[in-house]
Amino acid sequence: MASAILPLSSPSRPLRNDLKANWKRGTSNRTFLRKDYTKAKQSFTRTRMTLAVEVSRFNDITMAPPDPILGVSEAFKADTHEMKLNLGVGAYRTEDLQPYVLNVVKKAEKLMLERGENKEYLPIEGLAAFNKATAELLFGANNAVILQQRVATAQGLSGTGSLRLAAALIERYFPGSKVLISSPTWGNHKNIFNDARVPWSEYRYYDPKTVGLDFDGMISDIKAAPDGSFVLLHGCAHNPTGIDPTPGQWEKIADVIQEKKHIPFFDVAYQGFASGSLDADASSVRLFAARGMELLIAQSYSKNLGLYAERIGAINVVCSSSDVAERVKSQLKRLARPMYSNPPVHGARIVANVVGNSDLFDEWKEEMQMMAGRIKNVRKKLYDSLSAKDSSGKDWSFVLKQIGMFSFTGLNKAQSENMTNKWHVYMTKDGRISLAGLSSAKCEYLADAIIDSYHNVS
Amino acid sequence: MAQLVRVGLLGRVSMSGVLGAARSMSTGWWRHVEPAPKDPILGVTEAFLADPSPNKVNVGVGAYRDDNGKPVVLECVREAERRIAGNLNMEYLPMGGSVKMVEETLKLAYGENSDLIKDKRIAAVQALSGTGACRLFADFQKRFSPDSQIYIPVPTWANHHNIWRDAHVPQRTFHYYHPESRGLDFASMMDDIKNAPNGSFFLLHACAHNPTGVDPTEEQWKEISYQFKVKGHFAFFDMAYQGFASGDPERDAKSIRIFLEDGHLIGCAQSYAKNMGLYGQRVGCLSVVCEDEKQAVAVKSQLQQLARPMYSNPPLHGALVVSTILGDPDLKNLWLKEVKGMADRIIGMRTALRENLEKLGSPLSWDHITKQIGMFCYSGMTPEQVDRLTEEFHIYMTRNGRISMAGVTTGNVAYLANAIHEVTKSG
Repeated sequence: MASAILPLSSPSRPLRNDLKANWKRGTSNRTFLRKDYTKAKQSFTRTRMTLAVEVSRFNDITMAPPDPILGVSEAFKADTHEMKLNLGVGAYRTEDLQPYVLNVVKKAEKLMLERGENKEYLPIEGLAAFNKATAELLFGANNAVILQQRVATAQGLSGTGSLRLAAALIERYFPGSKVLISSPTWGNHKNIFNDARVPWSEYRYYDPKTVGLDFDGMISDIKAAPDGSFVLLHGCAHNPTGIDPTPGQWEKIADVIQEKKHIPFFDVAYQGFASGSLDADASSVRLFAARGMELLIAQSYSKNLGLYAERIGAINVVCSSSDVAERVKSQLKRLARPMYSNPPVHGARIVANVVGNSDLFDEWKEEMQMMAGRIKNVRKKLYDSLSAKDSSGKDWSFVLKQIGMFSFTGLNKAQSENMTNKWHVYMTKDGRISLAGLSSAKCEYLADAIIDSYHNVS
Repeated sequence: MAQLVRVGLLGRVSMSGVLGAARSMSTGWWRHVEPAPKDPILGVTEAFLADPSPNKVNVGVGAYRDDNGKPVVLECVREAERRIAGNLNMEYLPMGGSVKMVEETLKLAYGENSDLIKDKRIAAVQALSGTGACRLFADFQKRFSPDSQIYIPVPTWANHHNIWRDAHVPQRTFHYYHPESRGLDFASMMDDIKNAPNGSFFLLHACAHNPTGVDPTEEQWKEISYQFKVKGHFAFFDMAYQGFASGDPERDAKSIRIFLEDGHLIGCAQSYAKNMGLYGQRVGCLSVVCEDEKQAVAVKSQLQQLARPMYSNPPLHGALVVSTILGDPDLKNLWLKEVKGMADRIIGMRTALRENLEKLGSPLSWDHITKQIGMFCYSGMTPEQVDRLTEEFHIYMTRNGRISMAGVTTGNVAYLANAIHEVTKSG
C-alpha cells in the first residue's frame, strides 16, 4: 500500500506556485490529492489538482460493528411511540426517567470550586486520598489487609480502566494464564482481555431453565480449568443477569478456587447500589480476603456515585505481604504510564470529598439506599404485575431474586425483538432489561409486553 | 516485629483465616514481581521536596509555574468551571468523547477554515491528554499496519518509547539533536528520512521539542515535508505545546499546516495539559486525516473500538472546560492572552538566563538558550555537572541537562546562572 512516488524535482515547484495562484488567497489548507483510479470515487464539486499521490495507509479499514448497547439507545431515540421504554440504558434513572446527579456530588463539586484547587498532575497511581478511601470502602477500614498494608491500590479509569490495568498485569506476569469469565458476562470483559492479549474461557453461570444460577456447572467448570487460572467474579449485582450466588455458594466457590490455586478477580461495579448497603455488597470480596487469599478487585464509582462520565475507579491487588504490594503497585504504575500517564483528577476528588466528610458520607449512603430502593420497588411492582396478569402459572419470582440494575428476563432473541417491534420496549437481544430505566408507572405495560412475548413468540 | 504481631491478630480472629493464609501465602502469586525502576523525573521532584535548603531551585518540573514558582490555574479555566458548576449531566460521553470539544480542538490544529474539517475528512476522538492520544494511535497503528515500525527522534520524551513498546510496535530512531551545536542535526535527520524504507511511520514533535527545545525552521519543515512525499512516509505529530511555545497557536501549528498543504494524510496528538493548564484533567485529542468522509467514519469507529476496552469513554470535566472556553469568543480571547502570557514569561526567562551567563563572562556559548523554544532547554551540561549543581547549589534537574524554564523566576535566575557558570566555567 505504498503511495506512488512521483519524480519530484524543482520544476514541480513553479507548477505548485502556478496552481496556488488559481486558488483563493489566505491561510490555505488546500489539499492536493489524486485518487487511485481503480477505486470508485465520490464526485467532488471542485476539481482537485495533484501535487503528489497520497493514498491512505488505512484504506482497507472497514467500519467497526455498531456497539450493541449504543444501538439500542439510538433506535429508542428515533422511535416516536408514546409508550416507548428504554430498558437498554445502563445508567440509573429517576421515577421520571431522568438522569440523576447525586446531591453529594453537587455539594462536593461546590466545595472543590470554592477551594479553587490546582490542576497539577496526579501521581501515576492517582490521588492518595482517593486510593485510601476506596480501599477502605471495599474492605472496611479495620480489615487486616488494610492494617497490614497488603493492598496495592491504583486509581483507574472507572471499572473498564481498572480491569484493563489488571489484565495488563496478568499478561505481563502470568503470560499464558487464562481468565475464566462467566457465561454470560458484561460484553466489554471479552474486549478487554482480547486487547490485553490475555486468553479467556467461559464458565457456566446462567441457567435458562431456572432463570437462575447454574451453580453445579459453575463449580465444575472452575474445577476443570488449569490450576492457577484467574476467575473473574462479579462482586454483586451480576451484569447482565442480576443473579448472585448466595453466601453459602460463595463459600463453596472460594473453596474450589483455593483448591485449584486459582486467583479470584472481582469486578465490583455496584457496591452499595445493589442492596443499598456498602458493607453487604462487599461481603463476597471480604469473605475471600478473610481467607487470606490474594485477589484482584476492580472498582467503579459510575453507578453508586453516579459519576459515569468522570471515569473514576480503582484496581486493588491484595498481596501476601506489604513488600509484595509495594512492588506490584510500582508495576501497575509502569503499565499505566504508557496508557495515560496519570489518571484524571476530578472524579477522584469528588469521591475523596464525599467519603472524607462524615455528613456527605452519610448523605451518600441515604442516596444510595434511595436508588437501590427504587429499583427494588419496580422489581416488586413488575413481579406483582406479571403474577397478576399471567394466567399460565409461570413462576416469575426470579425477578425478585435477581438484584441490581439488570434483570435477565429469560426471553430469547426473537422474543426480545418482539418486545421492541411490537411493544416499543428497547432492550438487548440477550433478554436483559435495565430496571434503572423502568418507572412504576410503566410496570404494568412492561408486564403485558413480557407476557405476550414469552407466550406468543418462539 | 510489628508485622508478626499483626499476623497474630489475624490468626486470633478466625481459624480458617489462618489456615487459608498459610495455604495462600505459601503460594504467593506475586513474588516474582520486581520493583519497577524509579521514574527519573519524579525522583528529581522528590529529592527537591526533601531538601531543606532555602536556596533550592526545581528546574526539573514539567509543569508551568508563575514568577513566584507557584502552579497556575488560568482565569479562563476558573471562569469556565464557574459556568459549568451545577452541571446536571454526568452521563457517559460517547466513546469518541465530547463532540464539541473535538470540533474546537481540530480547528486549533487544522485551522478555523480548514477544508479537511468542512469535508469531514478527519477521524478524531477525545483522548486522555497527549499520552492517551499517542497510545491510541500506537494501538491503531499496530492493528491496521501490523508490519510497520515507528521512527522516533533522538532524544524524545521518554514515555514515547514506553507507549509504542506497550503497543507492540517496533521502534527505530532517527537523528535529531546535535550536541555540538545544541541545535538540530538537520543533515543526519534528512539522511535518516531518505534511508528509511518507503512508507515508514515517523513521530514528529510539532513544536517545542521535548526535551531539547530545538525545532526545525519553517524552511527545514518544508524540506522535511517534501522528502516525506518523495518517500511516502506517514507523519504522526505530537503537539503538546500549541500556543505555549511561541505564544501564538497558529504559529505553533505551522509544521502541521506545511504538511497539510503538501497533501499529507497526517495523524496528530493534541494535549491541553500545558497550554490550558489542565494537566490533571487529562484532556486531549487524537486525529487521523483520511481520504474522504466515509473513510474517516470507518477510522473513527475503529479508534473507538480501541478505546472501549481501555477506558470505555473519556472523562467529562476537562472536556467541558475546554469546550466552554473555546466555544465562547470572550473566554477564548482570554485564553489566548493567558497562553501568550505564559509563553512570554518563559521567553523572558530564557533571555534573562542567557544574559546573566554572558555577564558572568562564561567562556561558553549560551545562545542556544534563546534559540530553543518551549518549556525545556537542553543546556548541554553533563550528568556530572548536573550532579554538582544539585550537591553544591541545591538545583534540581534531570541528569540529561534538561532545564525546565517554567521553574526559572526573576527571583532565582541570577542564582541559577551563577551556579551553572560555576560548574561549567572550566569548560
